This record gives sequence, C-alpha cells and structure tokens, in this order.
Amino acid sequence: MRNVYVLGTGMIKFGRYPERTVPQLGAEAAIIALKDAGVTIKDIEIFISGNLFQANAMVGQRILQQIGQTGIPVVNVTNACATGSTAFREAYIAVASGMYDVSLAVGSEQMGKAGLLGANRDGVTDPAYNTEGKLGSGLMPAVFGQAGIEHMRKYGTTLAHMAKISVKSHKHATKNPFSQYRNEVTLDDVMHSRMIAYPNTLYMCCPTGDGAAAAVLVSENKLRQFAGGRKRPKVAAAVLTSDPWTERDLAWPDVSTLTRRAAKQAFEMAGVGPEDIALTELHDCFATAELVHYENLQLCGDGEAAKFIDEGGGMHPALGGHSPVNVSGGLLSKGHPLGATGVANICEITWHLTQDERAKERQVPDAKVGMAHVIGLGSACTIHILTI
Amino acid sequence: MAEQAQTGTDGGPRPIVAYFKLDPKPHLVGSRCACGAVYLDPNRVACSKCGASGPLPQIDISTKGKVYVFSVIHQSFPGIKTPYVSAIVDLPEGVSVRTSLFDVDPEQAQKEPQKIFDLPVELTTYVAAKDREGHDVVAFAFKPAQN
Repeated sequence: MRNVYVLGTGMIKFGRYPERTVPQLGAEAAIIALKDAGVTIKDIEIFISGNLFQANAMVGQRILQQIGQTGIPVVNVTNACATGSTAFREAYIAVASGMYDVSLAVGSEQMGKAGLLGANRDGVTDPAYNTEGKLGSGLMPAVFGQAGIEHMRKYGTTLAHMAKISVKSHKHATKNPFSQYRNEVTLDDVMHSRMIAYPNTLYMCCPTGDGAAAAVLVSENKLRQFAGGRKRPKVAAAVLTSDPWTERDLAWPDVSTLTRRAAKQAFEMAGVGPEDIALTELHDCFATAELVHYENLQLCGDGEAAKFIDEGGGMHPALGGHSPVNVSGGLLSKGHPLGATGVANICEITWHLTQDERAKERQVPDAKVGMAHVIGLGSACTIHILTI
Repeated sequence: MAEQAQTGTDGGPRPIVAYFKLDPKPHLVGSRCACGAVYLDPNRVACSKCGASGPLPQIDISTKGKVYVFSVIHQSFPGIKTPYVSAIVDLPEGVSVRTSLFDVDPEQAQKEPQKIFDLPVELTTYVAAKDREGHDVVAFAFKPAQN
C-alpha cells in the first residue's frame, strides 16, 4: 500500500438548513476542500460520497451535477453513523492501492428535526407487530443508556461523571465556529435537564442536524505536485471493523468490542501507541458512549474512566486538562449529521496537525498525531490515525 | 432480528415475534449450535459465532432469568407510554433478550440502579396491540420473580 495524504479539507457549520438540498450542502463542503487542496474538480479521479438518509438517491452524482460532471467513478456508501468515515476510508484505499492518485470524500446529511433514531429491523408490514416500546427499546438512547449502566454496574461510575463529559463538550464547542451549539452548560444544567433514557439527560444526547464535510486525498507524487511545500498529514491508519460475535450483541449492540479491535489494529498500522495521540475525536453520540470509549481507545485503563474524568482527562490543555477528546465540541455540541460526522472528524484532526486557521481558537499545542473514531450501530467502527 | 410471527387461520391471539410461543404455556424459543452459541431465533440459517451452517436444533428457553442492564425510557414514539424500564435479561441457556420490565418502579430504578442488577425475573405476557385482521397481538415482558 502507498502512503496517502490529506491534501485539503472543508466543512460547513453544522446546523439546520431546511432551505437547502443535500447535494447543495455536499457541494459547498467539496468546493471548500478543493480550494483548500489547491486543486479543481478536474484533478479528482474518483469520488466517494457518504450519505445515510438518501442512500438510494445517488447523492454523489448529484453533488458532481453541482460542481463538475467530469465523468469520474462515483461510489455512494452507507454504514450507519460511520457512513462518512467509511467514505473517507474508501477514498484512502483508492489511492493507497495505486489505482488512483487523487480522491475526494464527501459526507453529507440533512436530518431536520428527526427525533429518536433506530432502524426498523423488524421488517413487519403490520405496525401491530412493531416491537419498539413493546419488547423494551432498541432505539439509540436505550442502547447507549445501557452502555453507561453497564459501566455503573461494573465500576460504580456515577451519573455525575457521565454528565461532566457533556459539560466539557459544551465548553470546547464555544471555541468552534463550525459547531451547531456553542453554549456552555453547568453540571447542574446537565444533571437536571430532561431525562431521555436513563442515565442520559437531554444535554447528554447529541442533537440532530444538517451538515457536510469533505476531504481530498492524494498520493505522495501528487502531494509534491500540489502541496507547494505545505505540510499535510499522512493517513497512518485507516481501520474498519464490524461487530464480532459476543454474547449479548444480538440483543443489545455491543459498542465496545469492535472499537477495541479497531483501536488495536489502528495503533499497529500506524506504529504509534495511545500515549502518542495528541488529540482524539471520538464518537460521543451520547455522554455514556464517550465514557466507555475512553477505555476502548486505551486513553485510560479499564475501569478508570471516572478517574480519568476527575483528573482532567479529555479536557483541552488550555483548560487545564490532558489527553484532549472532542475539542471540536464533539457530536454532543458540534452536532451529528450522520453522513457528515466521520469526515468532519478528519477535518478537525487535520486542522490541529496543520495549525489551520479554522482551529485557531482551540489549537492543541504540538499536535503531531491525532485519532478519529466513529461507530455506526449495527455495527461498523472506523478509526483513522493521522500523523504529520 | 425478529421476524413477523407465523400467521394462522384461527381467530385467536398471535405472538408478536417468531421466537415467542404461546402454547402450551408462553415461552421463548431459540436454537443452539454445537459450538454452544444460542440464538433467540428458532430458524437460524447458520451460526454466526463459529460459522457452522444450519439448520440449528430448536430449543425452548426458560422463562426465568436475571437482569444484566437496564435503562429508563422517558421519551419514545407517539403512543408509547413513558417512563418505562427497558432491560437486557440474561437467560440460563446463555442467550440474552431485550424486554420491558414490569412491576419495577422507574423512579426507584434510577435512584438505586444497583438493586436492579442481577434481579431475578420471570416471563409474563400482555396484549400489546390488535393486528389488521383483528387478532390480539401478545407480547412478553419480564417482572420480578415470585420465588
């Protein structure tokens, strides 16, 4: 496999764009990324588009119908919440394999105010046989609520620890102009906001919204041609796992085992360890998810997430913390337009590694290695490690 | 996960999912692979743990188990009454089931979650809906075991 670099990135502020179409959102992010890369659509050899809610609607081609119908191969991918990061990984593989030199990945989504998420896997035609709410709940708030409860069961973790994650996320988001929400919240606000699915209160659940993000990936040759001396991050690891058989996975999706496997593979592929990671963007769809992923990604030892939080783990160094996690505000504050999320994470890591203006207010000092983690329920997990 | 329960020609009640049988007494049914993996699905095509192809022998699942984890659901789709307790119950055959927990106070469960862990529970049934053909659709739930 050849070395692959992130030449350019672009994203639009996550939020609500009811007056726009998905291809328009994607096109806007793509144009920013192309300009940032210093290339045009004519330089792109293959395009991978990630979108979930319009998976049957050729979103990739419709984006090119906005920005340039050059006739290149377009692949539309879907992988639940890991849709965008899977698109990025496919764009990586296209270049790493040697088949293409310049690829484009765009993640886009328009969710509006869609509320509780969970695919109808029952496949029933008569709603009387829908099991949601009748045989417990399989919706995301329940799945991730139970992940927090399992941590509570194993280690005695408290609701306050989980709530602190949301306080941190919101604090970080105040420094990110691309974030859907930029308001600070207190521990009291979080703990006493409306309960959604115990232990996650409203502020411990990510919002729904719209957004798009894009990245241009290149081979070493093309990096020399286009970068003009600018340093660009290398994709040191691009890992995708699915859920291996574990004892309760079919009754209750196991979000940890596939993440642990992906982390192990990613560290091996990149030749780095968790101690080398300057910043992590991880999949905090709920505060309880971030809690368990501290351990799954080896940012702390098993059973140590509460201690990690108490000692400033995950908090930006400028706020007195260490091992910063989700300095962008994370899904909890920045937002989670499903298909866009995975590519937006890549933007965030890239910006810190290249000291990009777009991360100026929240720059993690001396960032040489960054990790982006996404999990899509059902399940898919991606981890990318970028180095500079 | 679940497939629609087999429909019959009689006018009687029907189970909500294919892995729940009403006769002779309401119970869950599954299948077991020679490797030991158990599925809450009587009609498995193959075993996803070891890769052996099916069909796997069907087994009846006990009506008693223990709560592993739970959540209290405060927001759901229209028509679903909240709050209620949703749980993952471990069954002695080595398989787990997603279920509603009856006769457990949601507020109390949030206050003292440790009292719910490993709580012995048993299967109970209720009519959850009426289908388009007018049959009662019977669902299962678990409640604290009597003995």
